[in-house]
Amino acid sequence: MDILPILSTLKRHKTAAGLIVLQIALTCAIVCNALFLIFQRVERITAETGVAESELATLSLSSMARVENPEPQTQADLAALRQVPGLASVTLTNQFPYGRSSNNSGVRLTPDTNQSSRVVAGHYTVGPGFIQTMGLKLLEGREFEANEFVPGSTLDANPDPRVPAVIINKKLADRLWPGESALGKAIYVYGNEPQRVVGVVRDLPSPNPGSDDENAQHTMMFPVQPSFRGGNFMIRVAPGANPEAVLKAAADKLLANSPGLRRVIRDQDSIVTLRDKYYRQDRSMIQLLAGVCVGLLVVTAFGIVGLASFWVQQRTRMIGTRRALGATRGQILRYFQTENLLLSTAGIVLGMIGAFGISLLLMKSYELPRLPLVYLPLGAVVLWTLGQIAVFAPARRAAALPPVAALRGG
Amino acid sequence: MLTYYLELALRAMRSHRGLTALMLLSIAMGVAACMTTLTLFHVMSGDPIPHKSSRLFNVQLDAESKRDWKPGDEPELQLTRFDAEQLLRAKRGVHQVVMTGSFIAIDPAGSGDAAQPPFFTGGRWTTSDFFAMFEAPFRYGNGWTAADDTAEARVAVISAELNDKLFGGQDSRGKTVRLRDKDFTVVGVLKPFRPAPHYYDLTLGAYAKAADVYIPLSTSLSLRFGAAGRMNCWGRSDGVDPRSANAPCAWLQYWVQLDTPQQVADYKTYLTQYSDQQREAGRFERPANPRLSAVNEWLSISKVVPSDIKLQVWLAFGFLAVCLTNTVGLLLAKCLRRSGEIGVRRALGAPRRQIFLQFLIEAGMLGFVGGLLGLALTWIGLWVVRQNPSDYAQLAQLDWPMLATTLGVSLAASLLAGLLPAWRACQITPAIQLKTQ
Repeated sequence: MDILPILSTLKRHKTAAGLIVLQIALTCAIVCNALFLIFQRVERITAETGVAESELATLSLSSMARVENPEPQTQADLAALRQVPGLASVTLTNQFPYGRSSNNSGVRLTPDTNQSSRVVAGHYTVGPGFIQTMGLKLLEGREFEANEFVPGSTLDANPDPRVPAVIINKKLADRLWPGESALGKAIYVYGNEPQRVVGVVRDLPSPNPGSDDENAQHTMMFPVQPSFRGGNFMIRVAPGANPEAVLKAAADKLLANSPGLRRVIRDQDSIVTLRDKYYRQDRSMIQLLAGVCVGLLVVTAFGIVGLASFWVQQRTRMIGTRRALGATRGQILRYFQTENLLLSTAGIVLGMIGAFGISLLLMKSYELPRLPLVYLPLGAVVLWTLGQIAVFAPARRAAALPPVAALRGG
Repeated sequence: MLTYYLELALRAMRSHRGLTALMLLSIAMGVAACMTTLTLFHVMSGDPIPHKSSRLFNVQLDAESKRDWKPGDEPELQLTRFDAEQLLRAKRGVHQVVMTGSFIAIDPAGSGDAAQPPFFTGGRWTTSDFFAMFEAPFRYGNGWTAADDTAEARVAVISAELNDKLFGGQDSRGKTVRLRDKDFTVVGVLKPFRPAPHYYDLTLGAYAKAADVYIPLSTSLSLRFGAAGRMNCWGRSDGVDPRSANAPCAWLQYWVQLDTPQQVADYKTYLTQYSDQQREAGRFERPANPRLSAVNEWLSISKVVPSDIKLQVWLAFGFLAVCLTNTVGLLLAKCLRRSGEIGVRRALGAPRRQIFLQFLIEAGMLGFVGGLLGLALTWIGLWVVRQNPSDYAQLAQLDWPMLATTLGVSLAASLLAGLLPAWRACQITPAIQLKTQ
């Protein structure tokens, strides 16, 4: 197919051709960036946290009257929960991924409180069995030993707290002691006595996974068991059991397990539910971006159909002449298809420049990374395909014009 | 002439149904996308207390230790209990309020309805000026007095919602509401009250619902009711209750009302003097760096509008731009198709100006109908937004100014889109057109 006659026709319709090129360019620029944003969000909400999310649920409750020593009731609660059918293990923690509360502490490498903290890290206080219940992977060292645990309620009022051990995540270990093993090293978070690193876990997600904050990357846990008063029971259900059902049974059990103590459930959620809630803003953004992409493509397709139809009508005489001179239907069809390909290509080239412009603006205003190059050919393929689909119907109508009718009408 | 052109415009819209529908849909979709996102942005960045926002100030003091300090650092957002109590005692403003949010268990057994199980709800532990300062509207009764603050009185103000739940909406003054296991006397019942953003305490979510129960902060402290929200401690805090009087922990919001620029200047001086005194006494370690931020300034410092919302507005305007380009293209095609008609009009003596006007009116007509359609789509769009379970989704309502803006945007967009085709139409030379007929 010779493109020169097409070019000379387009030259006579500069405005209309220019408008369609502009529209394709704008669509290409926006769609490329929107696809990138969608991909980023999808990556965020599908990120692995390294815990057994689908089998976990959390439960917390408060007593109506203040309980001065919550330890006996807490032990009774743990024992009662272990009887619940479908429950594999249970532990206590001050915070959990996707949860509402988040504690952070400065980590020092000397006991001197006037020294600057080396890093701020997410601060977990956990009961026995936390690593196993959450399904964390221990890379080095060991879990906490029974004699290392301190009840949290006694620690709060203690001016000289002693916490002997800490387990940290890999990122914190690499941050504090790059290139060395963290085992046996000392950090100071509680009091004047060191907490020695006894283990390193691969992942210990912060309560705000996916956050860019430094303290969401670095996490540590201490053998300081929270009580039912401020802590949360973390429940792991047996594989195949329904977390919601086990949770319901566990909540009923706890409420029945406190004779003489009026209690009320504070929170009761499976981690999957919390995760859904946590990412709902991202999900609605994905839907919106996808909706806008589809809207843009539809509108652009309409524009192409409208303009192509107009051109077909306008060039009836030319088509008739060509057909009468022996051009086949296929040649007429291909004429319009090639014309569209040229317009789309011009639009896409402009659109790619535009896409980079938008990307630069987004980088400046929203601290987004630069648009990866791979989105440009992706956008190009989408718009080429769209153009060919949109132009097909008008082009076929042109090809179907009988030569005589085309010559007569005009 | 104008009515004739309107008639012509209607006839033109009818005669090219397919093309007209495409253009209308394109304008309506673009306008609806813009207006849905703009409405959300408008609601979220709105002034929560317009007639008073320039007179209410959030107070910040730089009370942290010098350890991690760099010159130019912003001070901590909240106050320590010690500083808050000092400022409150000094009473240098027209009104002043110290407070914190909380979640508290309410026991219906002790408050009207024994049949309901206990439940958790939002509480606000504050001081007597709260209601006057933030203009919380009362349905029954009033707030408590400064004397109640001092006496750690067991009094409570409850929200309309809680009053409905516990007391069936009746005048419940004098009745008892049981918080945990402590009984409080209801002294006031609010009307529905939902400041958006929740500007006086952003730590529980910028668009959180207002609390259901309000009691004096002093009472909550003596009963150890706890608090919810952000807390920042520094220095050695082992064994110290972070909410005790001298703990190095910031967890309280402090607001002051100042009515004149002179009062603002005086208060700022007072805060600087206070900071200097505290440094001399050894409590503060950093140079005096107090902040006094009026409501709107406070909201912008705290970046309450999620950046996603702004991004959505930009995206929607990009979409409108594409829709407009599309409309220009289609309008142009439609105009050129009617070259013959234009030729006849021109030959019969219509000046270019008239042709231009005719086509502009046609575009305007398109914009008006497209705007109405866009309004319907905006309404649907906002309905979809409201189905979202987030805090602010419920706020997405179309108000009169936004309604007018929608029609305005649509009309302006279509006239803009009509300019080029109308100009091209009036350039058509009658002779050539008449000859080709």
